[in-house]
Amino acid sequence: MVVFDKPHALTDVPLHYCPGCTHGIVHRLVAEAIDELGIEGRTVGVAPVGCAVMAYDYFRCDMIEAAHGRAPAVATGVKRSDPEGLIVFTYQGDGDLASIGTAETVHAAARNENITVVFINNAIYGMTGGQMAPTSLPGQVTQTSPYGRDVTQCGYPVKICEMLSMLDGPEYLERVAVNNVKNVNKAKKAIKKAFQNQVDGKGFSLVEVISACPTNWGMTPSQALKWIDDNMIPYYPLGVYKDRSAGIIPGAKEAAK
Amino acid sequence: MAKLTFKTDECKGCGLCIEACPKGILRLSKDTINKKGHHPAECADPEACIACRSCATMCPDCIIKIEK
Repeated sequence: MVVFDKPHALTDVPLHYCPGCTHGIVHRLVAEAIDELGIEGRTVGVAPVGCAVMAYDYFRCDMIEAAHGRAPAVATGVKRSDPEGLIVFTYQGDGDLASIGTAETVHAAARNENITVVFINNAIYGMTGGQMAPTSLPGQVTQTSPYGRDVTQCGYPVKICEMLSMLDGPEYLERVAVNNVKNVNKAKKAIKKAFQNQVDGKGFSLVEVISACPTNWGMTPSQALKWIDDNMIPYYPLGVYKDRSAGIIPGAKEAAK
Repeated sequence: MAKLTFKTDECKGCGLCIEACPKGILRLSKDTINKKGHHPAECADPEACIACRSCATMCPDCIIKIEK
């Protein structure tokens, strides 16, 4: 009996990611969610610009490549062309979603567009060689902040889940991590729920995945996973930031005071 | 008994499966170098595998198949 195998929604193309890059884990979780919900034939994915730019080679469903940061806008168009039939997801990194694509992200969430967004936050620009990202931690050393991110000059990191949770629009926002088995299992549940919400017509669901970039962090894969525990998670706390159906609505609570 | 199969040529030798294994039975093969130029992961003691799926859960390249 097969206990574990590659999900059907992933193709057999070998992933181009660096050794120990957790993009591969998140690809698999998305594919497992598609398999388990039985929606492969009607799913359309939108790939970003960044390391995951070639995600269209890896998923067996239809894929579109969006201009840098514009994946939620492209996904909006695709979803509105056939709201009942299609399941649309975007897969974006922090340089894509939290920097050049902030406007598209915020407005897709504000409109409660019925799409699923998978957001990879690894606090660095991976594909271009490790420059400082909007999500880089204060003091984090990158190619463009060799003395550490100076918040007086570069500002503070963008916390997407906290920011979007104040909007009335989005249905579901959760931050997860993929640095150990327990967290990967939680991430899988969150991603599946984000797809289930779309199938049920509930609206905008975003899962932020705290991910590792061993190459550009200058660490071994196992050091990188530990660095997530020690540095990333304290700054980006994990958990559900909004779940309207379950009554977790921080914006409403603040307004009621 | 559980049976672990690695797609050896796709392994990048990152070692995340080795850390995840609660039995400590995985290792990087010292003698072989795969097509990509890495020492691939292998199971040192197949008898001891409990098919817990921890290695496959952490493998970023989805190269592990587990049968029981």
